[in-house]
Amino acid sequence: MTTTTSTRPDRAAARSGRVSPDPALRKRRPLSYRQRDQIAGYIFVAPQVLGILAFVLIPLGLIGYFSVHEWNVLAGSFTFVGAENFERLFTDPELVPVLQATGVFSVGLVVFNLVLALLLAVMLNRKARAMTFYRTLFFSPVVVSLVAWTIVWGFLLQDDGGINGILQLVGIEGPNWLREGPTAMASVIIVQVFKNVGLNMVLFLAALQGVPQEIQEAARVDGANARTLFTRITVPLISPTILLTFIITIVGSLQVFAQVAVLTQGGPGISTTVLVYYLYQQAFLFGRFGYGSVLAIVLFAIVLILTVVQWQLRKKWVFYEN
Amino acid sequence: MRTDAIAPDVSVAGSQPEPDRHLPPRAGRQQKPKTLKQVIFYGVLSVLAIPFVFPTWWMITSSFKPINEIFSFPPTLWPANPTLEGYAEAFAVQPFGLQYFNSLYIAVIVTVGTMFVSSLAGYAFARIRFRGQNLLFMVVLVGLLIPSEVTIVPLFQIFNQLGMVNTHWPLILVSTFGAPSVLATFIMRQFFISLPGELEEAARLDGLGRFAIWWKIAMPLAKSALAAVAIFTFLHVWNLYLEPTVYLLSPDLFTLPQALTRYVDAYGGQMWNVQLAAATMTALPVLIVFVVAQKQFVEGLAQSGLKG
Repeated sequence: MTTTTSTRPDRAAARSGRVSPDPALRKRRPLSYRQRDQIAGYIFVAPQVLGILAFVLIPLGLIGYFSVHEWNVLAGSFTFVGAENFERLFTDPELVPVLQATGVFSVGLVVFNLVLALLLAVMLNRKARAMTFYRTLFFSPVVVSLVAWTIVWGFLLQDDGGINGILQLVGIEGPNWLREGPTAMASVIIVQVFKNVGLNMVLFLAALQGVPQEIQEAARVDGANARTLFTRITVPLISPTILLTFIITIVGSLQVFAQVAVLTQGGPGISTTVLVYYLYQQAFLFGRFGYGSVLAIVLFAIVLILTVVQWQLRKKWVFYEN
Repeated sequence: MRTDAIAPDVSVAGSQPEPDRHLPPRAGRQQKPKTLKQVIFYGVLSVLAIPFVFPTWWMITSSFKPINEIFSFPPTLWPANPTLEGYAEAFAVQPFGLQYFNSLYIAVIVTVGTMFVSSLAGYAFARIRFRGQNLLFMVVLVGLLIPSEVTIVPLFQIFNQLGMVNTHWPLILVSTFGAPSVLATFIMRQFFISLPGELEEAARLDGLGRFAIWWKIAMPLAKSALAAVAIFTFLHVWNLYLEPTVYLLSPDLFTLPQALTRYVDAYGGQMWNVQLAAATMTALPVLIVFVVAQKQFVEGLAQSGLKG
């Protein structure tokens, strides 16, 4: 269907060119359906295309421009500073810790999230009325307001909060979770995993249900036990979903902001200052918009690299894709 | 995609290893291990569910507790002396009603706006042939690749030049027309591609134009896709935090997530009971809608993940 419609305008144009060479004659005729379609197409996509131009592509171009300027809001000055902001990037003693924190956060989040999501999906992948109920429970944090969720966990993770209260019941003296480097990072990761793991769980559940029964039956007849069945049959068959959730989760992990802002404000020290939070601090708290633009370029570069790696992985890893 | 209709016997790891095949039959004992297994299985599931459910439960119940009970040890699961003090304070400390209205009206405008923008663009990319179509589609897809955090600095400067900082315009415009709506356009396009062409042909012979076909033929058929778009757009806007924090300065203009973090007393200490009351008012309505329209929520959000 698509091929015929796409060739038709060319034919129509060619025909009209031959049949009515007189331009005045053509002008009087009402627009053909094809011509009106041309116009309709542009009108239909205009809001979205203009929106992307104005709010994505032009700002993206402006980052380069702003990165070689310094902008003082209070003084109202906007001056060219050349490569100064880029020099600052390479001499910034905080950059490496920030990138490390970003890496630790992303890796920790992705690993914990995917493992837990797959575990929950496998557990819920059976026929029982109760499974819908449990699915609802595990999914519910996804629809709870992010900041509300984070505030509650912030309370529970306080020194005298609920988590340590529970630990005390079993005789463990819990740490001050959000005020010590390693546990603060772990807390931010865990709070975020519990918030969103339900989404990946549902994706895995859908993928598991798409695994053909006959293949599993055949493997079982051949003597495969549950573990072999899982690692040799199920995992390869759901590998497109694993890759997809991996990409969604890792790109999402780079965008984390509210959790850090509410739970730790990047602290203690700068141990939980991830890249986006650092960018926000530099640009909007310290007014270094030029340097903020440079950090935005760094963030953009990371996302770009991940996208390219994703394409490569998709070619190599994924066992089957429909 | 119907995740609630679980396929029978799709047993993966963790399922019964078919005792009668691999093990010698043990007459009379078969019933008992199975029940025990069931108990253990549901026990493990329930324990795993605690960190998912308890925070929400604790938030809602504690919002009715006086401040000293919130800190009581061991923590109480139900308010011993229920009070609405936190709720009253929430409105007294900040213009919470106004902030609630801000969040609600922005979310509604952006959601409805995105439904229009994305269904128009999605329809055109799927069903209309026009010159430069593929190029324009590529341009739109760029929005999927670039996290909005990347462009926040130049966007802030643009809106500052336009005098739109400390207004709701940046939140509404960027969310409706910018990167966040691209996923919606993509989902609508995927849906419209699958529509049969005969309906349009018939409508065209009846003399309907493209706009009428889109509105009268395509849109009524796209209810499920539109529902998915509406759900994830609403949640996205409802949860926006970086953007309001960057663009909005006066408490009267704050949205809910931003307002929630500002409940501090004169000494900078957090007013927990007030904060929890405000958090409950923010989270509970969405949760209730979720419980009622679960299937649409799970499928809609899963779709946004799948297509992303």
